[in-house]
Amino acid sequence: MSTESLRIVWIYPDLLSTYGDRGNLLILARRARQRGMPVETLEVRSDQRLPATADIYLIGGGEDGPQALGAQRLLADGGLHRAVAQGSVVFGVCAGYQLLGTSFFAKGTQYRGLELLDLASDRGPTRAVGELAGEVDPRLGIPYLTGFENHGGRTRLGPGVAPLARVSAGVGNDGQTEGAWRGKLLGTYSHGPALARNPALADLLLRWATGVHQLPPLNDTWHERLRSERRHAVAAAARP
Amino acid sequence: MPLRAKVASSVSRTAAALSRAAGRGDGSVIGGWIGLKIDPDLLAHLSAGRAIALISGTNGKTTTTRLAAAAVGVLGRVATNSFGANMPTGHTSALAKAGSTPYAVLEVDEHYLAQVLEATDPHVVALLNLSRDQLDRAKEVAMMAQLWRSALVKHPEVRVVANADDPMVVWATTPPPQHDPRIAPPHVTWFSAGQRWHDDSWVCPECGSTIQRSGVQWWCSGCPLRRPEPQWVVEDDGVLDPTGAWHKVKLQLPGKVNIGNAATALAVAAEFGVRPVDAVLQLGSVASVAGRYAQVDRDGRNIRLLLAKNPASWLEAFDMADHAPTLLSINARDPDGLDTSWLFDVDFAPLRGRQVLITGDRAYDLAVRLDVNDVPFQHVQTFGEAVRAVPPGRLEVIANYTAFQDIRAELDRVN
Repeated sequence: MSTESLRIVWIYPDLLSTYGDRGNLLILARRARQRGMPVETLEVRSDQRLPATADIYLIGGGEDGPQALGAQRLLADGGLHRAVAQGSVVFGVCAGYQLLGTSFFAKGTQYRGLELLDLASDRGPTRAVGELAGEVDPRLGIPYLTGFENHGGRTRLGPGVAPLARVSAGVGNDGQTEGAWRGKLLGTYSHGPALARNPALADLLLRWATGVHQLPPLNDTWHERLRSERRHAVAAAARP
Repeated sequence: MPLRAKVASSVSRTAAALSRAAGRGDGSVIGGWIGLKIDPDLLAHLSAGRAIALISGTNGKTTTTRLAAAAVGVLGRVATNSFGANMPTGHTSALAKAGSTPYAVLEVDEHYLAQVLEATDPHVVALLNLSRDQLDRAKEVAMMAQLWRSALVKHPEVRVVANADDPMVVWATTPPPQHDPRIAPPHVTWFSAGQRWHDDSWVCPECGSTIQRSGVQWWCSGCPLRRPEPQWVVEDDGVLDPTGAWHKVKLQLPGKVNIGNAATALAVAAEFGVRPVDAVLQLGSVASVAGRYAQVDRDGRNIRLLLAKNPASWLEAFDMADHAPTLLSINARDPDGLDTSWLFDVDFAPLRGRQVLITGDRAYDLAVRLDVNDVPFQHVQTFGEAVRAVPPGRLEVIANYTAFQDIRAELDRVN
């Protein structure tokens, strides 16, 4: 954690913000403040330099054109790579997840990714739209993942990353696994405000960023009701 | 009209009447559906001989259609799909039901604009705005703008009334660079109605550069796309027409956004030759639009219904609502879109300090959003419980599409 406050950067909201992505920034900042941490949030537009000294970087979803443009600008900027080398946390969602990998497809063309995660994304046969759920990698110590996905990609994971979850509903990477993580970098197809449905994931990012392993618990009544309601809805939809 | 079309038109009217009599809906879709089964060209046949305006966009199209129909009504009878049934079945039904009229003003779902342009050969098409709406199903904003652009290129004779404040609309209205120079570009009249929502137009759809903004002006930093000079402009509580004359707009509908819709309606009516000074008087006759803005008194509460379907329209709803107890209701059924992520694109902070109640199928999604937004709220299971939970006086209800219809049904399908 940087010396005075927890610094959270939202990368390129002008390009990569399609599905309520702002929610992740709001939720992380709020959960940190509720624990008494001073927080500084920064929205960095694509025509600005990316500071390399923040604690957490968020990259959201976007349409094909903005995704390709975002990757190109992040490669040219280099700030995110320097931040990762210094141990910053990165959380990528949907298009933002794909562009952390080695390559992705947009508008029928293959683009070079940031090569921060060992994964590559292709166009899938169909668009994956709907509820997404699965048991999270037990090493992360958080409960099941719940979300909504809306993407046309299929992602192959290389040996350098572990899947975030095993899919029980929806498609995720390929119908089997969903998302990926390595070190303090984590990506998911659970799009938009993924942390609204997964407050434990928000706390995981905060633990990674602060090095504080025991965060005081918060009142998560509404998050838990939402999780439970979605879990029942997914189960009901799966019944023949 | 060919015989087949006559039969189809008559059957269509009967089916709509039966649907209404059976209490199964407004009858505004079913009649058209049956008619189109009998004669697939029925919409084209019903359109022939009428001077038609089409009105499309993500938000405001139902209200603008209602206002424009009132304004064009100065000239004679106007057919219109006033229940928001805005796909070809709804258009067919509305035209069949109206019988022979010299004019028609039709609201068109933005996905169907190309098809309806083709079928109805309109005199004028009004393009209001394009923003994110039901992204799990709808086309993304840039793709929608591209569809509009391709459709307009095929109809260079149609007169266009378009929003100068929305870069996506301006781009859709501009012929592509490879456009055949021998075909004249469409005649466009620009209006400025203000735009609160900018988050879908930071990137130029033509060249991918950043769109810059300063006051009302916007321009692309990488290509010539920029805000055209509007001929119709909202100023205070009125509208400036192309001659520079200002007309006070007295509406029963709340909010600045409806003054903007009125400006659009006046511009559309002017394309038929209606003078704004005559049209503006008609606009005040519109009290509610398919239940939107309707007020109902129940148990000492004055309940007002506001529909908000997507982030841009929630911002407008907060602007329209009084500082009074407010019920928010959210569903995520098929017509609403299944994804509630957009709730985080809305800043609910304007509701702080008001008594807030929440309900609907997806009340918990809303609960989390309000919690994160530091807006205190109370969750209620039913509409009746909400009414009992607030003191006598105004209760504002803001709901998305099916949640709105549910509450409207509780209030005896108020119009």
